[in-house]
Amino acid sequence: MTVDWNRQNFSGDNPEEHPAIVSIQENFPESVVGSGSFRGEVWGVVKSDKCREVLHYLALEPALSYDFLSDLTAVHFPREDEPFEIVYQLYSIPNNSRFRVKTTVAEGQEADSVVSIWQAADWMEREVYDLLGVVFSGHPDMRRIMNPEGFVGHPLRKDFPTGGRIKW
Amino acid sequence: MARQEIMTINMGPHHPSTHGVLRVILELDGETVVNAVPEIGYLHRGIEKLAEQKKYIQVLPLTDRLDYLASGTNNLAYILAVEKLIGLEVPRRAMYIRTLFAEITRIGSHLLWLGTHAADIGAMTVLLYAMREREDVLDIIEETAGTRLMMTYFRPGGVVKDLPAGFDAKIKAFLDTFPGRIDEYERLLTKNRIWLKRTVGVGVITGDEAISLGLSGPSLRGSGVDWDIRRDEPYEAYDEIDFEVPVYTEGDVYARYLARIVEMRQSVRMIRQLVEGMPEGPFIERTAKYVLPDKTRLDISIEAMIHHFKLIVEGMAPPKGEVYSTIESPKGELGFYIVSDGGPNPYRLRIRPPSFVNLQSLLTMVKGHMLADVVAIIGSLDIVLGEIDR
Repeated sequence: MTVDWNRQNFSGDNPEEHPAIVSIQENFPESVVGSGSFRGEVWGVVKSDKCREVLHYLALEPALSYDFLSDLTAVHFPREDEPFEIVYQLYSIPNNSRFRVKTTVAEGQEADSVVSIWQAADWMEREVYDLLGVVFSGHPDMRRIMNPEGFVGHPLRKDFPTGGRIKW
Repeated sequence: MARQEIMTINMGPHHPSTHGVLRVILELDGETVVNAVPEIGYLHRGIEKLAEQKKYIQVLPLTDRLDYLASGTNNLAYILAVEKLIGLEVPRRAMYIRTLFAEITRIGSHLLWLGTHAADIGAMTVLLYAMREREDVLDIIEETAGTRLMMTYFRPGGVVKDLPAGFDAKIKAFLDTFPGRIDEYERLLTKNRIWLKRTVGVGVITGDEAISLGLSGPSLRGSGVDWDIRRDEPYEAYDEIDFEVPVYTEGDVYARYLARIVEMRQSVRMIRQLVEGMPEGPFIERTAKYVLPDKTRLDISIEAMIHHFKLIVEGMAPPKGEVYSTIESPKGELGFYIVSDGGPNPYRLRIRPPSFVNLQSLLTMVKGHMLADVVAIIGSLDIVLGEIDR
């Protein structure tokens, strides 16, 4: 029996045809850097300074209405110029459709907070700050969430010393 | 002139009704809650970081320790993400078995929620009854998987072993008695005047607020939002069976209670269809390079020996790529985001736990209510700290 990996939302092979990609390319032509798809999941890569605007548009545009922020996380690629890739997993309850938005930020660069679009982003952004060290500007309460105050370092960075800092 | 004085109260981390090590800093005006700040992280074990240094199959037992009341659905969410990443095919029998155990763990999780939620509010009897039925659920899991709480029964490609002999009779006996037991709980609670006074109109959250706060699962369906991943993005065998998704519009503690009670009844209905329609055939698809070969073939086949050796020593290496796969866990939307660089360890594993996101809506629900209602509202959110802190 063959498995339909495209069950999630999208049946085309070309990510450029996904309605969300078409729509943001029309409205924000210079802010979309790239797009891709894997196993039927489609994502668009957006410039970090325009990311909040694009997400705001995706959430409120009636035809798309990605009203549910399913997840917000980040991935560390230490060899890249902009090593932190912030990943937004969006879901639209009325359209039953998923879409992923990615943006990259450099070390020390602040990302825009999306708490004013989805309140769910509050703790997710705090977690990204705690575990990866990306600061979100405009966040109401940018504190550590998992680790105690005074903890040094950000554990999910690839250069975090998992063997301990002290040589015995 | 009335003087307003704000008092700060620490609830937890060792408070029995916080269901684990949750600390809530409450600001009170008299007995009315003005502000509530949850402090989490007491149970943080760094599972996402641990997973980066483990082989894909070694991450599986870690997922049991997320929501330790419903380990089956955690396993399933992770396995589905890995299978999607690889593109593995799964036999129909394995799909049915996994769906069946996802529903059994859902019943087990909801029973523990019901018992503790009722005990929090003061109805002690329900806890004892719910534990009695949870024992049956755990017995069924033990007989099949070998363990009671941490199942680790699913594998990429199927399940680790077939259903035991006599499984049908045992599960049918459970299905025959359990709906009557739900009636018993409902007789104790649903029309109980004290229960109604404690739950109706308490902790109200509207559908729009709930969506913005990322609430999911039965808690969201108590606020009138008709969304269930099992129905809307069906995985495994859910598109082959009939079930209804209960939706209540009131958005209070009572609506969330009713949503979960009806969900248990629907789970019984699903399990009955799955047992009756259980297809024959293999319970695991032993795709070379990803799934361990049959142990009995190691003596007679050199290829099986090589695959076994390579999978144990090097581990499987899915292709380069990234997937985000979500399922409807008993608590809500449970998602796994895996980034693979083509190596034998996940480059990044992100767990989207439903309890973590659901707990954020606590402040919206408790604001303006009495201190005693905080306990009822935390209970109605059905949180598990293992999943929140990871």
